[in-house]
Amino acid sequence: QSFYADVYVEDGIIKQVGENLAVPGGVKVIEANGRMIIPGGIDVNTCLMKSYLGTQPVDDFLQGTKAALAGGTTMIMDHVTPQPGDSLLEAFERWQEAADKKACCDYSLHVDIPQWNENVKDELELLAQDKGINSFQLYMAYKDLYQMTDAQLYEAFSFLKQLGAVVLVHAENGDLIAQEQRKILEMGITGPEGHPLSRPEELEAEAVFRAITLGNRVNCPVYITKVMSKSAADTITQARRKGSVVFGEPITASLATDGSHYWSKNWAKAAAYVTSPPLSPDPTTPDHLHTLLACGDLQVVGSAHCAYSTSQKAIGKEDFTLIPEGTNGVEERMGFVWDKAVAMGKMDENQFVAVTSTNAAKIFNLYPRKGRIAAGSDADIVIWDPDSVKTITAKLQQSAAEYNIFEGLECRGGPALVMSQGRIVYEGGKLQAQQGTGRFLPRKPFPDYAYQRVKCRNQVKSKQGVTRGIYDGPVYDVAPTPKYITPAPSAKTSPTSHQPPPIRNLHQSNFSLSGAQIDDNIPRRSGHRIVAPPGGRSNITSLG
Amino acid sequence: MRRKSDRLLIKGGRIVNDDQSFHADIYMEDGLIKQIGDNLIVPGGVKTIEANGKMVIPGGIDIHTHFQMPYRGTTTVDDFAQGSKAALAGGTTMIVDHVIPEPGSSLLEAYDQWRQWADEKACCDYSLHVDVTHWDDSVKQELDNLIKEKGVNSFQVYMAYKDYYQMSNSELYEVFTFLAERGGIAQIHAENGEIIAKEQGRMLQMGITGPEGHVLSRPEELEAEAVFRAVTIASQTNCPLYVTRVMSKSAADIISQARKKGNVVFGEPITASLGTDGTHYWSKNWAKAASFVTSPPLSPDPTTPDYLNTLLASGDLSVTGSAHCTFSVAQKAIGKDDFTQIPEGVNGVEERMVLIWDKAVTTGKMDENMFVAVTSTNAAKILNLYPRKGRIAVGSDADLVIWDTDAVRTITAKTHNSAAEYNVFEGMELRGAPLVVICQGKIVLEDGNLHVTCGVGRFIPCSPFPDFAYKRIKARKQLAVLRAVPRGMYDGPVSEFSMSRGGTPSASARTSPTKQPVRNLHQSGFSLAGNAIPTHPTRKNISVLFLLCFAVY
Repeated sequence: QSFYADVYVEDGIIKQVGENLAVPGGVKVIEANGRMIIPGGIDVNTCLMKSYLGTQPVDDFLQGTKAALAGGTTMIMDHVTPQPGDSLLEAFERWQEAADKKACCDYSLHVDIPQWNENVKDELELLAQDKGINSFQLYMAYKDLYQMTDAQLYEAFSFLKQLGAVVLVHAENGDLIAQEQRKILEMGITGPEGHPLSRPEELEAEAVFRAITLGNRVNCPVYITKVMSKSAADTITQARRKGSVVFGEPITASLATDGSHYWSKNWAKAAAYVTSPPLSPDPTTPDHLHTLLACGDLQVVGSAHCAYSTSQKAIGKEDFTLIPEGTNGVEERMGFVWDKAVAMGKMDENQFVAVTSTNAAKIFNLYPRKGRIAAGSDADIVIWDPDSVKTITAKLQQSAAEYNIFEGLECRGGPALVMSQGRIVYEGGKLQAQQGTGRFLPRKPFPDYAYQRVKCRNQVKSKQGVTRGIYDGPVYDVAPTPKYITPAPSAKTSPTSHQPPPIRNLHQSNFSLSGAQIDDNIPRRSGHRIVAPPGGRSNITSLG
Repeated sequence: MRRKSDRLLIKGGRIVNDDQSFHADIYMEDGLIKQIGDNLIVPGGVKTIEANGKMVIPGGIDIHTHFQMPYRGTTTVDDFAQGSKAALAGGTTMIVDHVIPEPGSSLLEAYDQWRQWADEKACCDYSLHVDVTHWDDSVKQELDNLIKEKGVNSFQVYMAYKDYYQMSNSELYEVFTFLAERGGIAQIHAENGEIIAKEQGRMLQMGITGPEGHVLSRPEELEAEAVFRAVTIASQTNCPLYVTRVMSKSAADIISQARKKGNVVFGEPITASLGTDGTHYWSKNWAKAASFVTSPPLSPDPTTPDYLNTLLASGDLSVTGSAHCTFSVAQKAIGKDDFTQIPEGVNGVEERMVLIWDKAVTTGKMDENMFVAVTSTNAAKILNLYPRKGRIAVGSDADLVIWDTDAVRTITAKTHNSAAEYNVFEGMELRGAPLVVICQGKIVLEDGNLHVTCGVGRFIPCSPFPDFAYKRIKARKQLAVLRAVPRGMYDGPVSEFSMSRGGTPSASARTSPTKQPVRNLHQSGFSLAGNAIPTHPTRKNISVLFLLCFAVY
């Protein structure tokens, strides 16, 4: 709902909301003049410290959070991205330390799980129970690096569900991407256009479908990060229609621009758009995603802000697979959702607040401390000016990157005033951010928004076997070959061992016995004597 | 007997092909249709069959059977003689069997073995699919050989049966690429084997060991997921895809959606999924429940058969098979204590045509021409045997059926031609039946009597690049040429990076890049923060009031 009222803020917390408030003297008064007051934005996806081959993004927690505040976002959720083999806990502490020193706004952290093994489980438990992390990202792409097999994903989903965590999924089919990349490099395509060509949106949709299937099987909420294409978004929509608990997060880039720029003649510009999943070359994508966002089929908006300089992007100047992936968007996020959805009449102002702030707070269990203007909530408040118009350009941005992928786009709507933790940090185009004031917000597991339904379904879904008598008829004598469908722990090494020795045994036994089989007709037919006429009562089942 | 039936004349029938129906007489000689028309001039002494206005349709083609299939030292109870006899009794005059080599063994040897079995015993013409159960360079050579010289154009790969037949996504991609180049049809057993393995483990742990565990551990979602993935891979590799055994509504929906997006994909529901459902897995009679075990399993949703028949009628699903693979109760009982050990397979080769007639044509979903298309013509087109098979035309093989639309009979294991003790369609009353079946120009079914001869079945070689699938593929291949963007060399600065790239996450990549920069960042952050704090008021005393504001949340 929207309503007129005054808001009194003290000590970084909203103390009173209403009319004719009794407040102490000497209070600083801001005259809003009927303008909209909205909860500060929450950017659910940033990567401000995601190292790539030894280089760090140019926007660190200081630069990145400044950009966030300038865009009306008062909280960010950054991805902790350990490398395979690293300790998740150490990585988390490194991130927290860096953010505590530098962040200008409150923050929270997602932890990415780069590989699945027993050690990871202990660390996850610790992170979820003691460190306030309730969301973990898994990868279906980046073959031989982060990628997990379906079986590992199943295990990870099951485990994270027990912890009450939200499972974030990077959904792209890494196996096929690896094949396509090889094919495209062989064809002599080495520029950034090879990036979308090797990662067509079908592969994104496929992985989304698979992730949702896994989520349904395990009965675990699934959150798809970076929804970049129409087909992926449609897959999510359909799954929600069927009742799956799944959330979709389009990002600033997919909501405001498209992948046609990968074919730019300017290498540096084309490379600036490289992110995974890639922007869809279909120019109708942003519009479609906004529509789904407006109708609630997609729930939250992130930025996936991960800015690399041109010289860093140039690591991949001769091979598109080496270009560091990431686009900007933390500053532009709220503005573009307003411009493309609210100003176009697709979305109302309340839904705008929901997708930019409230839903994120609910999914990640920060509501109503964040994402709402109410007594007791944090004083992260934005006065929104729906009429301001600005042209996005790299010259005026807070980010340190040379390119802005929204360069030249005009954007209606922007923050007039931003208050973080009760302090005015942005007013009239001037940023007064304070380094190190950002606090880490721990989050509790089992957010109601995601888990209430899951818990119910758990109770409903218990399965039972059929009670029937023991089959006591004849049993064909099988060569004692090992079971081939063994859900054994050794299954993990399956990619390499798809012809284990037992199979050769099977083959041999088949061969010799099948010869004998042909004359064996009569004993087998004798089954008739034991089995009662079909449909009738059988003496096989000694059931009462 | 042979002599006598060499020449045949069918008078007064209504010929029903997939495109049109018309009244005409048919004259056959030497196993071929020689003349079609009114008042044919035929030699004297020809045996004449009066059709009395009944439908004459091309003999059915069952595109999916497993006769005489070895399984862990035992063999399915219907061999090629028994199986093809059942086929003929149901109006099917050609079967296509799956050759299943053991993983690691030679495809060609398996092919020869199957040829030998079938040549000895088959009572009707047959072709073969070859299943690709493992993937390496020698398999590629054998595939090449099979396509070019052995008359096989369709190959099945598996997404299920983990650690056995199952292939990884990358392998599937390679197989599809390979087949697309050589004009093969990629058939797919679509189920997510990884998750099934996990679910099976879970079911057994919960103490569910009976046949109901089979369907519980293989929910239809996993079938739909795999179909979706297979469609994606096929579209990436521009390879025609054929999904064998469409058993559930959700899998069928994925296929129709893919077809609407323009993918070249064919779906094959089987007799069992068109005629019955998976509720029987919960039968108290273990033997009955086990007889329904097949993979993907029958869906417990009782509306499935109706739905699949609808999609068949609308053309979203293209062909029908039976996946006839029968085991005796004693064989099924291998899995009496563990449902994962139950041999998989149901009957259906005999009931296939009748069942579709009853469920789709008599209910008004499908017309007689579509009936011919889905039971015979489309299969012939996919196998590149059209118009030799699947059509009544001059020059085509004399495989045809006079169809009695009014006959009613009840399916029961007592009277069926299969050797299995159970029939999954037991007790169903079906309208429609073959009245006369003519195979290779000879009458094999007449007046309810079956006269079959073992070993007369010929192997019909299939050639690659069937137009039905490949015309579109070829056109797309020409369109889908990717080009690089011609642009100048980037000559700006390049950041330093450690070249220990993805594939091998070596120790240096993990430790060095992250730790060094972090410490630097950290230090600088510290010193700056010190400067910043004194210049601004501290957090504590700030209090602000918004007057008359418009709060939105």
